[in-house]
Order: sequence, then structure tokens, then C-alpha cells
Amino acid sequence: MRLDLVPRPEPSGRMALLSPVIATVLTLAIGAALFLVLGVDPARGLYVYFVEPLTAGWSLVELVVKAAPLALIAVGLALCFRANVWNIGAEGQFTIGAVCGSAIPVLLPDWQSPAVLPLMLLLGLLGGALYGAVPAVLKNRFGASEILTSLMLTYVALLLLDWLVRGPWRDPGSYNFPESVLFSSAATMPVMGEGSRLHWGVLFAPLAALLAYLRLGTSVQGFAIKVTGAAPRAARFSGFSGGAVTLGVFVVSGALAGLAGIVEVAGTIGQLRPTISPGYGFAAIIVAFVGRLHPLGILVAALLLALTYLGGEGAQVTLGLSANVTRLFQGLLLVILLGCDTLIAYRIRFERRGRPAAGEASRG
Amino acid sequence: MDVAPPGRAVSDSPPLLETAGLTKRFGSLTACDAIDLRIASGEIHALLGENGAGKSTLVKMLYGALAPDAGEIRWRGEAVSIASPAAARRLGIGMVFQHFSLFEALTVGENIALALPKKAVTHGLDGTIRTVSRQYGLPLDPHARIADLSVGERQRVEIVRCLLQEPRLIIMDEPTSVLTPQESEVLFETLKRLSQEGVAILYITHRLVEVVEIASRATILRRGRVVGTADPRAESARTLAGMMVGSDIGAVDKPEARMTGAERLRLQGLTLAADRPFGIGLQDVTLGVRSGEIVAIAGVAGNGQQELFDAISGERLAASDDAILIEGRPVGRKGVNERRRLGAAFVPEERLGHGAVASFRLSDNVVLTRHATRDAIARHGLIDKKAATDVEGRVAERFDVRRASPDPRASSLSGGNLQKFVVGREIDRAPTLLVVSQPTWGVDAGAARIIRGALIGLAEAGAAILVISQDLDEIFEVADRIAVMSDGRLSEAFPAGSLSPERIGLLMGGVHHQHDGTSDGEAGHAA
Repeated sequence: MRLDLVPRPEPSGRMALLSPVIATVLTLAIGAALFLVLGVDPARGLYVYFVEPLTAGWSLVELVVKAAPLALIAVGLALCFRANVWNIGAEGQFTIGAVCGSAIPVLLPDWQSPAVLPLMLLLGLLGGALYGAVPAVLKNRFGASEILTSLMLTYVALLLLDWLVRGPWRDPGSYNFPESVLFSSAATMPVMGEGSRLHWGVLFAPLAALLAYLRLGTSVQGFAIKVTGAAPRAARFSGFSGGAVTLGVFVVSGALAGLAGIVEVAGTIGQLRPTISPGYGFAAIIVAFVGRLHPLGILVAALLLALTYLGGEGAQVTLGLSANVTRLFQGLLLVILLGCDTLIAYRIRFERRGRPAAGEASRG
Repeated sequence: MDVAPPGRAVSDSPPLLETAGLTKRFGSLTACDAIDLRIASGEIHALLGENGAGKSTLVKMLYGALAPDAGEIRWRGEAVSIASPAAARRLGIGMVFQHFSLFEALTVGENIALALPKKAVTHGLDGTIRTVSRQYGLPLDPHARIADLSVGERQRVEIVRCLLQEPRLIIMDEPTSVLTPQESEVLFETLKRLSQEGVAILYITHRLVEVVEIASRATILRRGRVVGTADPRAESARTLAGMMVGSDIGAVDKPEARMTGAERLRLQGLTLAADRPFGIGLQDVTLGVRSGEIVAIAGVAGNGQQELFDAISGERLAASDDAILIEGRPVGRKGVNERRRLGAAFVPEERLGHGAVASFRLSDNVVLTRHATRDAIARHGLIDKKAATDVEGRVAERFDVRRASPDPRASSLSGGNLQKFVVGREIDRAPTLLVVSQPTWGVDAGAARIIRGALIGLAEAGAAILVISQDLDEIFEVADRIAVMSDGRLSEAFPAGSLSPERIGLLMGGVHHQHDGTSDGEAGHAA
């Protein structure tokens, strides 16, 4: 008896949709086993993680607030990954976007004008875009692997933020806490209801997803991204420059990550702190793949990943589990998903040793 | 040389290899349907068939790369199950693939060592490779990296690797498609010698002339079934082709002289540095192609043809604008789409990954070369799917592209059908200049006829056509003038009628000023 992977004549559309479902179920099963080992009742563990956050109004709001930056970043990453360009540094672009946009409320705290918030968003976009352009330029110019440079630049960005809020940008009235001044109302995302944490900034995610979906499907630029990813030689033959595509997707995904960063500090946090993201930039990689690198699929996947964040917080409180369990879940999901994706291009066949019996193939 | 006539082996002893009812299905497609084949020791057995006839599937089963769904394989009369290529090699079956199975990042020696049993890999291997490769007229440097080798040289590695395993049966998939006529002759001598030593050879080819020349038996496949066996010595290339495609094939109609007009392509002292170590650069290439004529560039793979194609298409830019003129406009530094807008169209050698994207639907592959050509496929940066799909349907119909469903993925087409599509896509644009590399490489006789006919039709309509090809039969069939590429240099373009295949062979070897009488075949590749 052995397992054979038999190539399918055409990639299976059904499997492309089923693979995230299978991966989710497997992740839950492994999670249950994990709870058992940690001494937690698996049923209760899974309930706290994946069901409880859906049972209260406030946590549904929180789900959307957490899913929005994930989706916004992942839409940009999907463009990169479609072009076979590996931007692993969204966390850094997110951070730089937040820092650049925050420059206005931090340096000009008394400037109250309707222009403040749009300017902050613009600076966030620009900062993320420029920071995203760095690995692209290094790759085009020197052939440096964008995987390494974009990842390493993330730590540069995180340390820059850390230095700013502990040093020059620290609020003098903060009793030495490492944080900036609280943003004024002009520099804060308006919320959808009095006292709600649901701010208008969450709408950037579906907007970006819709735009990306349309551009990817119908524009020549979207076509360039897809050709470059599928066959670089054919892309050159088609008249597209690989370097320009690399730069383009890095700039766009950097801009979206930067926008997510400034929306996060201006909408959810209200000031700069040493840590402004629970790893959104990395989790968004998982979101992009779980969403099939499809802008609309990403919206769904972002909600799923947001759920693991919320469930993780709940598990810390009610079950006393470490926050690392959340990352474990996220990592498991990605690894299992990539494994399941094999089934899109291949099917599994059980085969007895030696010659197959006649009629074996009729199953195909 | 005396080889076993058909039928003799049957009565004496079991044949070396025999299949009975061998069947392989892929989903709904039956690639091989109850194939009966018998190969005797020491015979050169040709396997003939159009693309998609099931030849590759059949030999993959014999070589253990695919498991049959039904039927059996007998080796020296005993039923065997060949579970893997390693098992096939242990039996004594070796194979030279059409699509090379080499690791590009490794050297020749390393690639060969990988295929040998562990104990055969010794420090003397490099020497053995040198000796054996030279002995068979296919010289190789064991330390050369595969990535730096031309297609032709890679095939040598495959052949030598196979020979080193001392097989009893060698399966060869289109072995001569990248060799010069002289090299082919050397290979044929090798094959004949091996055959005399008792080694059987299963020889897959589209070149019917070769079958007539060297094979002692031929099995013809059509649509997965054996449609006949023949003694090629009693047949002509044309009658074999008729059996293969199921109808009598006529040669393409070519009038004696075409009217030529304005010069549409001019290469003027085109020089290009090699873009990789051991690559070939272009040296002072000069050529003009006029409206209404077909100029062919002959040459062995890896002598600069790819570089020349890239330079003309604009995938690599020349040093100056004046090195390349299209419709009289200097375009040496212009991109591929600017050249397309001047009326030029290009068909590269590699279908998948260069001329087409495997995972894309055919309509998206239409967009590939037509998104910037004022063809209304794309306007204001937006793609018109309907227009692209219309082109796809039109091309498929006009060029008889056989596809299972409308607008399938490029990967689902057979090589011949995809080639018809890629050529048809460009001809559909009604270009005034068409540059096409290896128009019928690995394509069956029926598809080749359609493609060559289309090229000639386009030339008659006033286009200038440049064909880069390694297939001399093809070149003589379509070309008005022939130039030969060797080591990055291009010979003068001679009228086709004034050149013999032998003379071209000499030019391929870089012998430009030799008189035909003073040289024999050896001189061609002595350099």
C-alpha cells in the first residue's frame, strides 16, 4: 500500500475552495489535541477560542476592528505574492506608516483642522510606500533577496518606533511611560457610534479589496502582475519589466500596510506606543494565503484570523493559556493550508504495491 | 549490417520486449489503448505518430515513469512490472528524453553520476564520460554546468548518460532534432553499431526520412492505437506520413519565385555581448528581409539563435538604435511592444513559459502579445475580455487548434496544438514582419503543414518572414533565402536553390569559404 500524488489534468477549482476548509478543520483537530496536552478540556478550549468571541456584540465589533488591518495588509501582500515577489516586511511598512502619519499630531499637537486626518493618512500611505520601495530597489539594483531585506527592515522599523516613543516623541506628561501624546480629536478616526470602538477606518479594507479585485481582473497592470508571477520570461516577451512590477507591487503593498498602520494608531490606539501591532504584518501573510490570494477571499480570511486573536485573548483570561498559543494556531493554519494546497494540482491515490489491478484508473 | 527482418524473432525466441494490451488512461482520455508492440534484440524500431498519438505515454510506461492501467509488459518473454525508472535501468532499458531531465545547477558529471548505480560512481567517471562521449562523436566536458549548455549539448549529456549504463534497449525520443546533419550521421553510425552489438533501439521521431534511413521496423500509432507496422525500407517518407496522419499528405504548395518588395527588417552590424558565462554573443550580424520573402536562419542550437531572436524582438536591447531597423525605423533600443506597433510579430522557440503561459487560458494568452498593439484588446489600461475571447475562437478555428472546451488553459493543449495557437495568434494580427523561432519543433506532420502553409500564405500577402530553425527539411520547404548561424556570426543569405544540405552543414560548423569538393562531412564540425 502506498500513497501516490497524481497530477490533475487541470487544477481543481473545487479543491481550491475546499483546501482552506480542510486546513481549518485539521487545525482545530490539532488544536483540540494541544488543549488536551495543556490540561484544558478540548471542547471548552475550542469554544473559548472560536465560538465565544462571536457571542457578544462588543466582541463582534472587536472582530471587525482587528480584521480590518489584516485585510488591508493582506490585499497588498496578495498582489506581491501573485507576482512571485515575497514581501515579508509588511509589519515594518505598517510601523513606518504609523510613525509617519503620527508625526503631525505628535509634532503639531495644537493644530486643529479638518485637514489633519487626511494628511496623516496620506503620510502613512507615503511612508509605507517608500519603506516598501527599499527592498524592491535593492532587489532590482543588486539582486538582493527581498525576503531577507524586507524582513530585516521590519526590525529596523520596530526599533525606530521604540526609540521615538522612549526618546524624542515621548509625552512629557506621561510620567516616563514610553508613549506619545494622546492624539487630539482632529487627529483621531471618527467612530460610527458614540463610545464605540468601531471607527470609519475599517472601511478602507473592503474598499482596497474591491479596487484590487477590479484592477487584478481587468487592467493591464493586473495582467502584468499575474504574468510576471506565472512566467517571468513570458512577461518580458509581453513587454513588462520585471523590475517595474516588483517595484510596483512593493510600493502598493507598502502603502496599504502603511495606511493600516496609521489607521490603527489614529483609530484604535489613539497614540504611539512601543508596540502598536500584535503581529498584523505577519499574520496578514497567512490571511493572504487562506484567502487564496484573492482580494475578496482575503476579507473572509481576515475575519478568521481576527477570531484567533480575540479567542487568544479570551483564552488568556479564562483559561490562563499563553498568548503564544494564538501564534501557534496561526502558524499551524498556514502550514497545513500550504500542505492542503497540493491537492489543488494533485490528487491522492492509494495504490497497492506492484502492478495496479485492471480498471484502477476508472476511478479517475 | 544485417538486422532481423520483421517476424523472425517471433519464431526463434521470445522478443526482447513485448507488450500486450498495454493501456493508460488519464481521466477521460485513453492515451494508450491496448498497445501491442514487440521489439527484437538488435533492431532499430521506429515509433511513429502525431503529437498526442500516445508515443510518449507508451515509452514512459516502458521506462517505469508511468504505471499502466491494464495490459502487460514482457521482458525476454517474462511478464515484468516496471515500477520505476531505476527498475527499468536494472532490466537494461535506458532512455534519452525529449524534454531533458537534467539538473541545471549541477555539472555534466554530477548529472551523470546521479543516474548511475552507486558503485559505478568512481573518480574515473570524468575520464569515462570524456572517452565515451568522444567515441560516439558527442564530446562533453564533465565539469560544464548544465545551465550554461545549449539545448543540443544538453541532449548529448542525456545520450551519453544513457550509454554509460550499457543498456540492452535504448529508447530515444526525437534524438536528432537538435543535431547538424553531420552530427546526425555520426549518431546514426553509433546507433547502427549498437544495433550490431545486439542492443535494441526504440526510436521516436517525426523525421520520416530518418526512419526510412535507419529503422528496420516501424510501429505507427494514431490516437492511442497501433494502426500498423511497416518495413520502412519498403516505404517512402510520404507513405509513412500518410499512415501516420491517416490521409495522404501533400507537400506545401510553394511557388517558384515570390515578388519581393520593400525591406521590412534590417540588421546592421548587430553586436551583442554574451549575457552569461560561456554564453554566445552576437558578432556583427547583418541581414535584410524584404516584403514577400521568407528568409531562414539555419544552425545548431546554442549558436546565438536565441540571442538573435531576443535582440530582434526587443527582449534584449541592442547597443544602438541603428543596429535594428523595422519598416525603416531604428528600433534597436526600443521595447518589444513598440516594435509590435510597427507591424512586427514574434513567435519564440519555447511555447510554454515564453510564448504562452501554461496556467493561463488561451484568451489571456491572446492578451500576452496584444495588450499594447492598438488591437482593441486593451484600451485605456483595461482589458477587453470579449475581444480577447473572440480572437481565441477565431485563431482556434482558422488554425484547427483542437481543444477539449472553449478557451482552455494553455497547459491542456498538446504541443502541436499550442504551437498552432501561438503562431496563429500572431498571424491573426496580420503582421507585416513575422519573426518565428523553430516554428514546428516537436510538432506533428499535420500541424507542421498547417503552420508552414500559413507562413507561406503570409509571405504571399506581402509580409516579410524570418524563420529561425534547426530543421533543414523545413527550411528548404519554406525559405527563399537561407543564412546560417554559427558561433554568434551569421553567414550571407544565399538563395535557397543554390545551397545543398551538405553546404549548410559546413556553414553550421563555421566553415564559410570551403569549396564543396574539397571537404567531407568531417570538416563541418572539426572546428
